[in-house]
Amino acid sequence: MGQVLSVSQLEKSYEVRKTPFSVKKILIRAVDKVSFNLEKGRTLGIVGESGSGKSTLARCLLLLERPDDGTVRFDRYDLTAMSEKELRDIRKEMQIIFQDPYSSLNPRKRIFDTIAEPILFHGIASRDEVKQKVLDVFQTVGLDEDFVKKYPHEMSGGQRQRVAIGRALATNPTLLVADEPVSSLDVSIQAQIVNLFMDIRERSEISMIFISHDLNIVRFISDEIMVMYRGRIVEKGTKNDVFSMPLHPYTRMLIAASQGTFQTVKDENGAFVDQGCNYYPRCEKRERECARRVPELVGTEDHTIACFMEQE
Amino acid sequence: MVIQEGHDLLKLEGVRTSFFLDSSVIRAVDNVSFDIRKGEIFGLVGESGSGKTITALSIMRLVPPPAKIVEGKIFFEGRDLTLLTVKEMENVRGARIGMVFQEPMSSLNPVFRVGDQIGEILSAHTNLSNKEIRNKSLELLKQVGFDEPDRRYVQYPHQLSGGQRQRILIAIAIACNPSLVIADEPTTALDVATEGQILSLLQDLVSGHRMSMLLITHNLHIIRGLGTRVGIMYAGRMVEQNVVADFFQKPLHPYSTGLLDSVVWLKGHEKRLKAIPGAVPRLSELPSGCKFHPRCPRVMAICKGEEPPMFTVGDDQWVKCYLYRN
Repeated sequence: MGQVLSVSQLEKSYEVRKTPFSVKKILIRAVDKVSFNLEKGRTLGIVGESGSGKSTLARCLLLLERPDDGTVRFDRYDLTAMSEKELRDIRKEMQIIFQDPYSSLNPRKRIFDTIAEPILFHGIASRDEVKQKVLDVFQTVGLDEDFVKKYPHEMSGGQRQRVAIGRALATNPTLLVADEPVSSLDVSIQAQIVNLFMDIRERSEISMIFISHDLNIVRFISDEIMVMYRGRIVEKGTKNDVFSMPLHPYTRMLIAASQGTFQTVKDENGAFVDQGCNYYPRCEKRERECARRVPELVGTEDHTIACFMEQE
Repeated sequence: MVIQEGHDLLKLEGVRTSFFLDSSVIRAVDNVSFDIRKGEIFGLVGESGSGKTITALSIMRLVPPPAKIVEGKIFFEGRDLTLLTVKEMENVRGARIGMVFQEPMSSLNPVFRVGDQIGEILSAHTNLSNKEIRNKSLELLKQVGFDEPDRRYVQYPHQLSGGQRQRILIAIAIACNPSLVIADEPTTALDVATEGQILSLLQDLVSGHRMSMLLITHNLHIIRGLGTRVGIMYAGRMVEQNVVADFFQKPLHPYSTGLLDSVVWLKGHEKRLKAIPGAVPRLSELPSGCKFHPRCPRVMAICKGEEPPMFTVGDDQWVKCYLYRN
């Protein structure tokens, strides 16, 4: 099957003050030379802790934010070379779902209008057909027809997230990016939404990027896993390879923690490094070499890691 | 129920805390009873709005108006906390009961050095001299895992990471050697790696200081790793109490079963999760009878009529469900 998304050497940095009062600014590399491909119909899970660049990457992929460098190829388009106006036409093909359904829905719009908006904007259905189309979407995401007239504040978190998912699916996108879509939901509701994602995957040829810090959920949903740490990919591979044989020390720590075995990590202080491996300050297996050079991603197509210690 | 005299540190009996709103009265905590014994970690589990936090705040007598504790007794170290005067309660809070909140960002004062914030609680509750307070604060910093207490002492909250801030809060909570620490979602705002640090620190403190802990969380992994006994809350009620090992083997209440099924355990190879249908009811629109009955897969006629009482199933095992009538 063909490549839906092909990302090459993507970079995005932000200048921030170290403290609110400092004059000197430092450069945070939120996304640092990230490259990967996504095949049609596959789901890629991206894991990492907060600050690892997952969300920045998601926004850069859809050009909601302009990357500093690198290319994003989507289908047959080079998104990074397109103007905002050109991008607008392609946006119906790539949709995003955010973490917090409380702030991602317009509180003044009825649910019907929220879902109808992208349908009308992209000319997917005429005004006469739009009602039926919205009801179809309702059915897809498991919402009762009564909700058509409701406002977001009248709905629970799980129902709102269904609306957000429905809105994203309304334009029949080929790529769906879900940025922590279940993190703000209660455990019993999380399961419902996870199941909904599984249904969507089964019923369509949609390709998905699923971002979460919860390894258990990512493992459940994804075909492939990509682990990020401070803007860089540290390990990437098929779900089975990464989970049955995690190689990077960071991945190992994450997997252990998700199974309830917590390791004591080194003090986080000085966790920012100027050169060498980003994980160096916290790594148990670190050696001199790690502080000097950045490890490249190497390995087979099914499993790559960026760590000197495990590459021999 | 079996209570070994002198064994209980904290004992709640039929506590009810209500919010008095303009048009209605909402029972956020309704008839909740449980006890915490010396040296144990009692896990309180429930989804948002189930009344976990209000239960904790009731114990501390910190429920915010318009909420009030309207019924029940809260025995702690032999006294009923609901009967204490404001002044007496101040001597319990912080000194005998320590508390760690979820948000380490907002619980520390941004304009004071963290060392002084630890010292503050010592000067409020002890007669130590300034020098002794400083030394004790440094010692506490060391205890919660800081290698260079002198350097940390003079830092401000913004200079610390989330995990480090949470450790400062833990130092404040244990400063006066309390016999009970209430930890309300202590790691929810933290990353996995830091979460591990904080949890193992809490565990060490409980075993090292012979403290007891009320650990409030929605994360079942944490309870499985740390807890001794567990209480499950739903819609303001405690629907099950169990020993942690038994709970994960064979939960009693259908809601508990549903909760365990909806967590993605690493072993699971199923294609779908078993989700509990529906949503947590609003406290203002509770159903009749058992509050879980509209979502329950094993619902019976009786469940819709009257709310089930607590049935004793075994030692330290109670459940609010008619399935266990006999």
